[in-house]
Amino acid sequence: MGYEYIGITVLWIFLYGYLIVASVDFGAGFFAYYAKLTKKDHIMNKLIARYLSPVWEVTNVFFVFFFVGIVGFFPDSAFYYGQALLIPGSIAIVLLAIRGSFYAFENYGSKDNHLYMFLYGATGLLIPASLSTTLTISEGGFIEETANGVHLLFGELLTSPYSWSVVFLAIVSVLYISAMFLTFYAARANDQPALELVRKYALFWSSPTIVASLTSFIALSQHNPEHYQKAIGLWWMFGISVAFFMTAVLLVYNQKFYGWAFIAVMFQFLFAFFGYGASHLPYILQPYITITSGATHETMGITLIVVFIAGLCLLLPSLYLLMRLFLFDADYVKGNK
Amino acid sequence: MFFEDSVTMSRLLTTLTLTFHVIFATVGVGIPVMISIAELLGIKKKDRHLQLLARRWTRGMTVTIAVGVVTGTAIGLQLSLLWPNFMQIAGNVISLPLFMEVFAFFFEAIFLGIYLYTWDRFKNPIYHWLLSIPVIIGSTLSAFFITTVNSFMNTPQGFELEGNTVTDISPLAAMFNPATPTKVFHVVASSYLTSAAILAAIAAIMLIKRKGSAYHLKALKLTVTATFIFAILTAAAGDLSAKFLAENQPEKLAAGEWHFETESGADLVLFGSLGEDGETQNAIRIPNALSFLAHGDFNAEVEGLNETPEEEQPPLWIHYMFDLMVSIGMYTLGVSALFLLLWKVKKWNEQNNILLWLIASCGPLSMLAIEFGWIYAEEGRQPWILRGIMTVAEGATTSDHVGLMFILFTALYTVLGVGCVTVLRKMFKDHPAEAEFEARYREAAAAKEDQ
Repeated sequence: MGYEYIGITVLWIFLYGYLIVASVDFGAGFFAYYAKLTKKDHIMNKLIARYLSPVWEVTNVFFVFFFVGIVGFFPDSAFYYGQALLIPGSIAIVLLAIRGSFYAFENYGSKDNHLYMFLYGATGLLIPASLSTTLTISEGGFIEETANGVHLLFGELLTSPYSWSVVFLAIVSVLYISAMFLTFYAARANDQPALELVRKYALFWSSPTIVASLTSFIALSQHNPEHYQKAIGLWWMFGISVAFFMTAVLLVYNQKFYGWAFIAVMFQFLFAFFGYGASHLPYILQPYITITSGATHETMGITLIVVFIAGLCLLLPSLYLLMRLFLFDADYVKGNK
Repeated sequence: MFFEDSVTMSRLLTTLTLTFHVIFATVGVGIPVMISIAELLGIKKKDRHLQLLARRWTRGMTVTIAVGVVTGTAIGLQLSLLWPNFMQIAGNVISLPLFMEVFAFFFEAIFLGIYLYTWDRFKNPIYHWLLSIPVIIGSTLSAFFITTVNSFMNTPQGFELEGNTVTDISPLAAMFNPATPTKVFHVVASSYLTSAAILAAIAAIMLIKRKGSAYHLKALKLTVTATFIFAILTAAAGDLSAKFLAENQPEKLAAGEWHFETESGADLVLFGSLGEDGETQNAIRIPNALSFLAHGDFNAEVEGLNETPEEEQPPLWIHYMFDLMVSIGMYTLGVSALFLLLWKVKKWNEQNNILLWLIASCGPLSMLAIEFGWIYAEEGRQPWILRGIMTVAEGATTSDHVGLMFILFTALYTVLGVGCVTVLRKMFKDHPAEAEFEARYREAAAAKEDQ
């Protein structure tokens, strides 16, 4: 396996990590606002704040890691995506900035501001929507290269059924993943009222998630038949994903093993996400960048992988410590510390 | 039109993001050091005032770190959005330090989260203090890695370029380029200095308001001592940087000093103005000092700006940036030294209002000096984005919408700036230190007696 395959696998793992941790965060924002509207915020908010406060910065790093990494391993992507994504990219930055800083402002400064809660909830859905357009664009057909540079075809993007099905999938998955996590966390905290509430959310969002996955598949077959064929070739990965989905929903429905249920959710998305990623290859951006044409110089690629392994040796124990202190420390989760 | 020129607007937008980000980046590197010192001294001396100081600084820092994180994410993405051609080439060579910067940031983020939420979780307070060490390592290493990228843009090396193809890459040579040591030293020292000066300014203003507060006096003594030490380090770093410039980027030093003709025993020009024929007027001249600054020898030859082709010369107004930066540095060093002198000589009063106001002025001035210094460093390598290899115009995006994005980001930074100031003011105004001290430690003391 060439270094470029290791590179893209590493990046894909990080993007997957971001998908999970950011979904929990983004969805929590939406649920917090929804709970406020339905006057159930007193049940929800403490739970969310206790988990999110120590980890929000870490969530952000997963994202930074991915975009720094992709430019490092595949510098051509900076050229094409950079030129094409000025407007959607800038909007995503602004949303992320508002969300991140206002989270800190609220937490350490003024409490219970209605406008803030609205922004926090709204950005939680808009950010995944805006970020998911990058994946849409990578399928090809949405940017053109002329003598004047690379341009994004806004009209095509906004009228494409495929692009809207991806946006829809992104939003419902965020809500589903988040509700599943909060269900686990509430059970861990032994917080019955919160558990009942978020359990309902989790079951509610499970069906749109599976429906949206299917719609995206159908839309992909229309937009990019070649990619669709490769995905069909990897049918077993998507099959395993669906099996994990059913396991997760069944466990939550029967009100037991919430921890295992969330792990099943993680595997559900792991298989779906890697199935999608593997069938996308060899293209990074169809048809301009392939994994071999766009890769950085071999020396740099190997250096990056070495540094990556060294970095993991530092990060994994630290992440484990963070989780032990805040996620798996029963006393902390229950609010006794 | 100017607004539609994507190169100009890309430059302006990058300037806007970086001038805003550097405020939060600087305190993000320096304040953890001050917090760690205060907490350690507090534990060692069993001084609850110092422990409270560390706690309150930490609380303020979380807000500035949040803004630093989001603006840092912005500049990270803008690099590719606004300078795609530059990143396509340079991305091959600088991705190693960029990658490592993210690791350092990751490390810091994890331990900062733990540090913030474990104040009272350990029986032995030293365990909590130990958590501040990885935070400092992470933030200072971030500064180190990202500064190597900027150094690379000033003195690029470690690759060959044939057309648009990069070959013969040596990642370590690119990272440890000639500009790296002095730049890193200067950036880290001046970040520590500025953070200490800002915390000193807060303490000084509180002392002017509340005479005789033991808490604020201890804060003042600690921060001004740190300011003095870091000011000396920064001056040393500045001196090394000038020698580096004379050697490797003579046009930057020459433009900063209005030194046109190559000569031995060159004068140092302070402030002044340029006449129509390019003659320096109204300036203070220190004989032979530039030669000393550049080469450590009063009679050494210093290369003048006329040696650089006209279209490769940086703008001459950077002279003021250079002078302002150096003057503020010297002023801060002087004020902190004066305070230490008055404090150590017992019969003199270090708490007189004039001195306190002088200390208070050092905080905002130091932050201005950071901005001036960066403007000098960045404008001083114009017209290059990669000195000698790629011009700024060649690196920029061709998109037509940069002007619009400039407006969007101006609005964003206004909101973030106002939000940050409002929250910080509210945080500390509504909860004065004395009241918190009473609440936190008297209760703790009373609870112990009851047992």
